[in-house]
Amino acid sequence: MRQFNITNKTSKQSFVCREEDYILHAMLRTGIACIPVGCGGGGCGVCRINIISGKADFGRMSKVHVTDEQLNNGYALACRVKPKSDLVIECAPNSKSSQQRADLTKQLNEVSQ
Amino acid sequence: MKKGVMRPGHVQIRVLDMKEALKHYVDLLGLIETDRDESGRVYLKAWSEVDKFSVVLREADEPGCDFMAFKVVDEDALKQLEKDLVEFGSTITHREAGDLKDCGRRIQFTSASGHCFELYTDKKYTGKWGLNAVNPEAWPRGLKGMKAVRFDHCLFYGDALAETYDLFVNVLGFYLAEQVIDPDGNRVAQFLSLSTKAHDIAFIMHEEKGKFHHASFFLETWEDILRAADLISMENVPIDIGPTRHGLTHGKTIYFFDPSGNRTEVFAGGDYNYPDHKPTTWKAEDLGKAIFYHDRVLNERFLTVVT
Repeated sequence: MRQFNITNKTSKQSFVCREEDYILHAMLRTGIACIPVGCGGGGCGVCRINIISGKADFGRMSKVHVTDEQLNNGYALACRVKPKSDLVIECAPNSKSSQQRADLTKQLNEVSQ
Repeated sequence: MKKGVMRPGHVQIRVLDMKEALKHYVDLLGLIETDRDESGRVYLKAWSEVDKFSVVLREADEPGCDFMAFKVVDEDALKQLEKDLVEFGSTITHREAGDLKDCGRRIQFTSASGHCFELYTDKKYTGKWGLNAVNPEAWPRGLKGMKAVRFDHCLFYGDALAETYDLFVNVLGFYLAEQVIDPDGNRVAQFLSLSTKAHDIAFIMHEEKGKFHHASFFLETWEDILRAADLISMENVPIDIGPTRHGLTHGKTIYFFDPSGNRTEVFAGGDYNYPDHKPTTWKAEDLGKAIFYHDRVLNERFLTVVT
């Protein structure tokens, strides 16, 4: 069974993923946290990445978060990406709204602690 | 149900892959497939429900919820509700009988929060699955997975909660069971009920309209919730949180995701209400405890991961 190195270019963190595994699920098993984790099913868009180099296969993912054109340009949801070579990736959140939501969560947790 | 809206009737959920979705909703959650239609939709029910279906799955490019429907007590009430909705300013879309198999005509409208809802009064009565109508046994044999008892409620994320409250309480006859109030006095979460149940539908404030947080299914006991958690691990299903307890409603719960990223809840227990009960209030400053009673801290996923 082949396995590949997945590297986050921004955080410089790497983990190993078997070729039949989705890279987000492999990352979770290693305990490394270099891609945000959402629904794990291609639905919510939280784990959106840009694949800078390498080859991959893709499971079905919501076209709201990754259009066909974006998929052709290297964007994908990490929970739907199976590596076919070593990959270099970077996180690519889709919209300002995801950052606003993260800020909201932070605020809410600050007031509740 | 002072306006004749009786109970949750069904929810139509969009999935990316029907075969994978059925493993989740049938094999894991324990719903029963009752029919399919020409457009490829699959109809499911939980065993204790008396009508033919409560969950409809539709394959699509974007997961989420198409609509949630409520059953109305009779045709006269449905006609009156339609008039009331028009007067309220809602735009009504008519769905003919048979558009959903073995379901009568439905009227659709959109809440200010950006969600589509339906009212109907007629659906084929098939009785509880696997039980005789006379001298029924305690439960049917042959149930799968978590053996979900019934579809219970949905939680939706969106804005314009005040206008949505007006629609549900003043037009449709729900009452406010529980709420979260922020320091400025704004209601940022509203749990609404038609019955003695803690909620039949809930809304949480979110800047984006029309988002789907979860569909929830009832189990009987805490032990059933732990068994559900075991099954989630056995199948390597993505988990959100739990098993734990909510502050709001005090239900015992576990959240997990279907293979398209739609969140599913199974829960047990929880509070009850009668018409003399006042709404329960939580402060937004204590939202962590209100949502997850044991951790007392929100996980970011609860607020950000929606379809």
